[in-house]
Amino acid sequence: MSRLWWEIARRSFRRASSYRLATASGVFVNTVFGYLRASILIFVATAAGGSIRGQSATDLATFAFVSQGFIMTIGAFGDHELAERIRTGDVVIDLYRPADLQLWWAATWFGRSGFLALARGIPPVVLGALAFDLEWPDPLWHWLPFLASVVLATTVGFALRFCSNLLTFWLLDNRGVEQLLTVLISFFSGLVLPITLFPSWLERIARALPFASMIQLPTELYLGRYDGMEIVSVLAQQAGWAVALLLVGRAVLRAATARVVIQGG
Amino acid sequence: MADGLRVYRLMVAAKIRSAWQYRTSFVMFLFAQATITSLEFVTILLLFDVVPDLGGWDRREVALLYGLATLPFAASDLIISPVERLSVHVRAGTFDRFLLRPASSLLQICAMEFELRRIGKLLPAVAVLWWAMAGVDVDWTPSSVGLLVLALTSGTVIYSALWIATASLSFWIVATQEATNAVTYGGQFANEYPLHLYPGWIRAVLGWIVPLAFVAYVPAVALLDAPNPLALPDDLVYASIPVAAATLVVSLRLWSLGIRHYQSTGS
Repeated sequence: MSRLWWEIARRSFRRASSYRLATASGVFVNTVFGYLRASILIFVATAAGGSIRGQSATDLATFAFVSQGFIMTIGAFGDHELAERIRTGDVVIDLYRPADLQLWWAATWFGRSGFLALARGIPPVVLGALAFDLEWPDPLWHWLPFLASVVLATTVGFALRFCSNLLTFWLLDNRGVEQLLTVLISFFSGLVLPITLFPSWLERIARALPFASMIQLPTELYLGRYDGMEIVSVLAQQAGWAVALLLVGRAVLRAATARVVIQGG
Repeated sequence: MADGLRVYRLMVAAKIRSAWQYRTSFVMFLFAQATITSLEFVTILLLFDVVPDLGGWDRREVALLYGLATLPFAASDLIISPVERLSVHVRAGTFDRFLLRPASSLLQICAMEFELRRIGKLLPAVAVLWWAMAGVDVDWTPSSVGLLVLALTSGTVIYSALWIATASLSFWIVATQEATNAVTYGGQFANEYPLHLYPGWIRAVLGWIVPLAFVAYVPAVALLDAPNPLALPDDLVYASIPVAAATLVVSLRLWSLGIRHYQSTGS
C-alpha cells in the first residue's frame, strides 16, 4: 500500500515540475515581494535603532525571503482541485477507489510540495541573498529541525485545505471559504508581518493558532531563535496541530461521504 | 462605441446575476476581499506600534498615501483586471470567440470576466482615504481637492494600463501570469509605503521603468507637508497626466500588436 502513495506522490511531483516557465515566473513574483518586504523591515529596524524586540535588520530581511519561499510549499494560497472534483461530481470516482481519500490527496499534496520546496522555496532566498545581507541556519545541524519543521508545516497546510475543500459538499462553491482561510493564513502565519512585531496580546493569539505552525515557527527555527529542548517543543507543537487537523479532516470526510449526492445524469 | 458599452452593460449584469446564485460564497468572498485589503493597512498600523513614524510620515500621512495607492488599484481591479484572464483564453483557444464578435475584444474580455466581489477592495480603500483626509494636516480647498481627484484619476489610468500591458504579454508567452502579478500587485504593495523607505535601485524601477511612483507617492508629496528626503518638486504631480496618458497609449498599442500576433491554438 505504501508503494501506492509513493507512486502518487512521485507523479504529482512530476506534474508540478512540468510547468517550467510558470515556476520561473512565480519565483520572480516571490522575490519581488521579498525585496519590498525586506526593504521595509530593514528600514523600520534601522529607524528603531538597529533591532526590534531582539531581531536585527538581518533577521527581519531573512524572515522576509524565507517566508516568501514558504508560500507555495505549504499551499498558503490554497488548492482547488479536490473542490473542483466535488463540484463536478468527479469525486465519486475517487470514493470508488479502494484507497483512502485523505491519504490519496495527502500523497498528491506532498509530491507537489516536494517540488515546490525546491523550485519555489529556495530560489527567492538565494536571489534575496544577492541583494541583501541574509542569515543561514547556524550551526549546520539546525538545518535538520528546520527541514522537519517544513514537513510539518506542509502537513498543517494540507490538513487545513483538505477540510476547506470538503466544505464544497455543503456549499457547492467553496471559493469564499478558501479566500477567508487564505486571509487568516496570510495574517496569522507571519507572512505579511512577522508575528514577533505584533503587539504582545496579538502575538499571543497568533501563537495559539495553527497558522503560526505554517510559516512563523519554521522560520524562527531557521533563524536559530530556539535551542535544545525548545526545538523539540516547537516541533511537538507543529505535530500536535498536524495530527489534530488531520483528524478533523477525517471527521469532516465521514460526514461528507454520508451525504454524497451524485450530480449529473 | 455606444453599442459596445451597451453590450458591456448587459454582460456585466449577467455576470452579477450569476455570482448571486452562490450567495454564501459571494458574501464570504466579498468579506475576504475587504479583509485582505484592510489587513494591509492593519500591517502598516502595526508598524507604527514599533516605530513612531515611517520615514518621517505619521499615521494619517501614510494613510493618505495608502488611500491614494489603494483606491485607484481597487477601481482598476474591478473594471480592467479581468483582462488578466487573457492567458487562460489564449491557452484554451477560446480567445477566438472575442475576435469574431463586432465589439472591442478588450471590452468583451473585461465584461466576460467581470467579478462583482472585487468591489470588496473598494470599501476599505475609501474608508481609509476618508479617515486620512479627516485627520491629515491639509487644507481641503478646491485646488487641493482638485489635486486629489487628479491623482486618483491618473492613478486608475496607470494601474489599468499596467493590467492591459502585462496581460497583453500572454499573446506571446502564456504561463507568465504570476510574473506580471509582480508588477500589478507588487506595484500596489510598494506604493503603500513612502518610496524613500526603499533602496535607490528599487526606487529607480518604480519611478522610471514602471511609473508607479506617480500613482501615490508623487501626489502625496505635493499634498502633504511631510518630509521629502528625495526632494521631489510639488509640481511633479502634474506630470502624472502625461505619464498616465503615455502608459495607456503604450498598453493599448501592446494589446493591438498582440492581437495581430495572435494565431490561436492549433491542434
